[in-house]
Amino acid sequence: MALDGSKPQFKLLGTRPNRPDGLDKVTGRARYGADLNAPGQLHGAILRSPHAHARIVSIDASKALALKGVKAVVTRADFATGLTGDDWNMQENCMAGEKALYDGHAVAAVAATTPLLAKDAAKLIEVEYEILPHVTDVDEAMKEGAPVIRDGAADYSVPDGLHPNVVRYYENGKGDLEAGFAEADLIVERSFKTEAAHQGYIEPHACLAQLGTDGQGELWCCTQGHWFVRQMCTAALGIETSQLKVTPSEIGGGFGGKTTVFIDPVALALSRKAGGTPVKLVMSRSEVLRATGPTASASMDIKMGMTKDGRITAASGVFRMQGGAFPGAPVDVTTDLAFANYRIENVHHVGYDVMTNRPKQAAYRAPGAPMAAFACESVVDEMATKLGIDPLDIRLKNGVVEGDRSTYGPKVKKVGLIETLEAAKAHPNYAAPLGPNQGRGVASGYWMNWGGDTSASVAIGEDGAVAVTVGTPDIGGSRASMALMAAETFGIPYENVRVHIADTASLGINEPTHGSRATFASGLAVIQSAKECIQKMCVRAAEKWDIDPDAVTWEDGFAKPSGPNAGDFEPLSIAEIAGEMSDTGGPIAGHFEANPGKFGGSFGTHVVDVEVDPETGRTTILRYLVVQDAGKAIHPSYVEGQFQGGAVQGIGWALNEEYVYGPDGRLQNPIFLDYRVPVASDLPMIDTVIVEVPNPGHPYGVRGVGETGITPPLPAIANAVAAATGVRFTELPLSPPKVLAGIKAAKHA
Amino acid sequence: MSKIHVTTTVNGDEVEYLCDPRETLLDCLRDRVGMMGVKEGCGTGDCGACSVTVDGRLVCSCLMLGAEAEGKEIGTIEGMADGDQLHPLQQKFIEHAALQCGICTPGILVAAEALLKKNPDPTETELRYWLAGNLCRCTGYDKIIRAVMDAAADMREAS
Ligand code: FES
Ligand code: FES
Repeated sequence: MALDGSKPQFKLLGTRPNRPDGLDKVTGRARYGADLNAPGQLHGAILRSPHAHARIVSIDASKALALKGVKAVVTRADFATGLTGDDWNMQENCMAGEKALYDGHAVAAVAATTPLLAKDAAKLIEVEYEILPHVTDVDEAMKEGAPVIRDGAADYSVPDGLHPNVVRYYENGKGDLEAGFAEADLIVERSFKTEAAHQGYIEPHACLAQLGTDGQGELWCCTQGHWFVRQMCTAALGIETSQLKVTPSEIGGGFGGKTTVFIDPVALALSRKAGGTPVKLVMSRSEVLRATGPTASASMDIKMGMTKDGRITAASGVFRMQGGAFPGAPVDVTTDLAFANYRIENVHHVGYDVMTNRPKQAAYRAPGAPMAAFACESVVDEMATKLGIDPLDIRLKNGVVEGDRSTYGPKVKKVGLIETLEAAKAHPNYAAPLGPNQGRGVASGYWMNWGGDTSASVAIGEDGAVAVTVGTPDIGGSRASMALMAAETFGIPYENVRVHIADTASLGINEPTHGSRATFASGLAVIQSAKECIQKMCVRAAEKWDIDPDAVTWEDGFAKPSGPNAGDFEPLSIAEIAGEMSDTGGPIAGHFEANPGKFGGSFGTHVVDVEVDPETGRTTILRYLVVQDAGKAIHPSYVEGQFQGGAVQGIGWALNEEYVYGPDGRLQNPIFLDYRVPVASDLPMIDTVIVEVPNPGHPYGVRGVGETGITPPLPAIANAVAAATGVRFTELPLSPPKVLAGIKAAKHA
Repeated sequence: MSKIHVTTTVNGDEVEYLCDPRETLLDCLRDRVGMMGVKEGCGTGDCGACSVTVDGRLVCSCLMLGAEAEGKEIGTIEGMADGDQLHPLQQKFIEHAALQCGICTPGILVAAEALLKKNPDPTETELRYWLAGNLCRCTGYDKIIRAVMDAAADMREAS
């Protein structure tokens, strides 16, 4: 909204044109990670540890290498040495060193002339293991006597006396907790657990790698961020960043899980060892589930106090999170965002990052936030129920608004939580009648969004068409939003803009498509680059007309004389200026290189109705409503798509999805049959309301919408199940056996 | 290892390939025939990304061997459009924004077309159960269901 409160008029923003890559994607032409081949390429396969924790005594690849057609075997000895910190963790995760740290940890890899031969050869590599005791549960891993995953992994933040598996400690708070609880009329204290869930992108990781003995290489891969891939691969292999060119393929989903590397350095190492022959490496689904990053799992204690009229007086939380065999569980985010929806004077939270014998956790949509929301929003719901206050009203009463001091420190900027709550209240779903065994649940959630390193360029073609080049891979229609923002800025048709995702050699560094930043940051970069082009075109027109450049305005794709010269010259179109550019000063392009910091967070409120079958414990979603603040929806269809996709991933996490480890420390459900993500017949339509409280830090008000949507579903569904059954469940997923047992226990209590 | 010679029809064209007895139809379509629109999401029959038709029947190509294609008629996403004329399902998927990343899209289009051939007027529930074998992790299915229902309505009107 403009300062006078009027809504700016956009010609294109908010419309729903066809996406530019649509045709390729409905015809099967779009090329994803596994769809690229190089002449003469080899195929890679990785040998993985069957043990949760084992010392690697020896690796003998002679039988594999003896097979005709096997060209190279690599182990950790083929990677760079001397890495530290995150680089070491990444390298160790891609290829085990002294120990295999989880079931599925890579220990060796082979390249051969066919995929089948590579797999056969991998089986012939003989590894002698000394099996070590393991631990896969976060609470167990913190106990005295638990097997130590890696001594010395803890950083300076960890207080003395904690188990060496605790590698990071985080504490944050304000006010006077005791006084806050003393003020409360009702105090609820509960413990919660969530299991790890996987991003579940349908496209397994895949790459095609080539690295010569001269240290120069190329890599094609499916990734959310190819500059990250470049940094990690070159670090793992000990070469300079500029020696590797990384080109992103189309990407078949990522949700955070493709912001890091698993196989790319391995494929490059194989290629280097095979004398520079290209190597293609594609993961199987079970490799994806066993060895790529799921979320952290969490064990949490929450205590909250409230007055009779529903004001939250104090809140405290303890968050124990395991992120696999490496530091990195998002304890800071979980901890900071736990109570972020609310205005609370007295807050204290503590987080523990704990290592276990599980795969290294990776980012998954709003990493860290959904677990905390589950715990906190469940307690708020219980309190509202006990006090007889409507769950939306209790959030309206305590919800943060601009100027409040947030629970984690900074002042709250302009946000749209209250607007989402009001829109949810006004929606017909909130008044829909409920039958027996049915219940309604409400929850809100937050993601702060992100700016990050961003480069883009916009170039004018000879005919006035516009080429936009960005560095953020398009996961869900962002090329359409970039084209809309560019076309809006220039005042030209959407069809006259083509958006490209550049390789790492073509732009300055870019962070991945993560943190809900692409439409905000790359969008802002495109708009600023377009403005630079416009400015240059105005100068060309001014020179032609021999007037002051300041006396030229840009309107609807034309340079026009203005001020004292208004009407003196025929406006010049972008095509006319472009057609003459070689004679008027050469190429016209605009650039942007910065890290835009004025990102704006997005709140969402979800309302869900469920029915729980008292015979089986099965929960059916009857209705689902997502209300979320987009700031400005550039292409509303893809904004709705983000809302719907996030909600359904949350539904899966709440109801079905979990990592199941056996007593042997092996993952029990490494295929989609057993790791059950929601299917079409599990779901109703997902209703959406887009709230638009513009972000003052973006020219068109964009906030970013990708992540918030997965935060409210976990508690919203748990709250709905509690309403339907009268039983408060504190452990996810709410799988039928667990719910049935809970219902039975409550009956006998 | 000796290879098997297979002669089959893919999207109306006769093709031949040599394959290892262990190679799946999915592998053969992608690596030997070049139909890269057929995707592998799981290799275990759980995701539907590899959906094709074999003699008109919808199958997961990862669950069939390449050698079994001998003498069959295979249909893939590459054969769905009629020249430059998109199938109504393809058109509606673009219009309804029924894809985000698009990796599931070829399989879902092939599966939806197979349903509409059998049942031109499915209910939403019938459609949801028919597509229950096709995972989409991005969209939450809402826009996919709307696109197929809309395409089915248009196709009924046109016929
Ligand atoms: S790849 Fe065939 S069903 Fe998933
Ligand atoms: S659009 Fe990404 S899996 Fe369906």
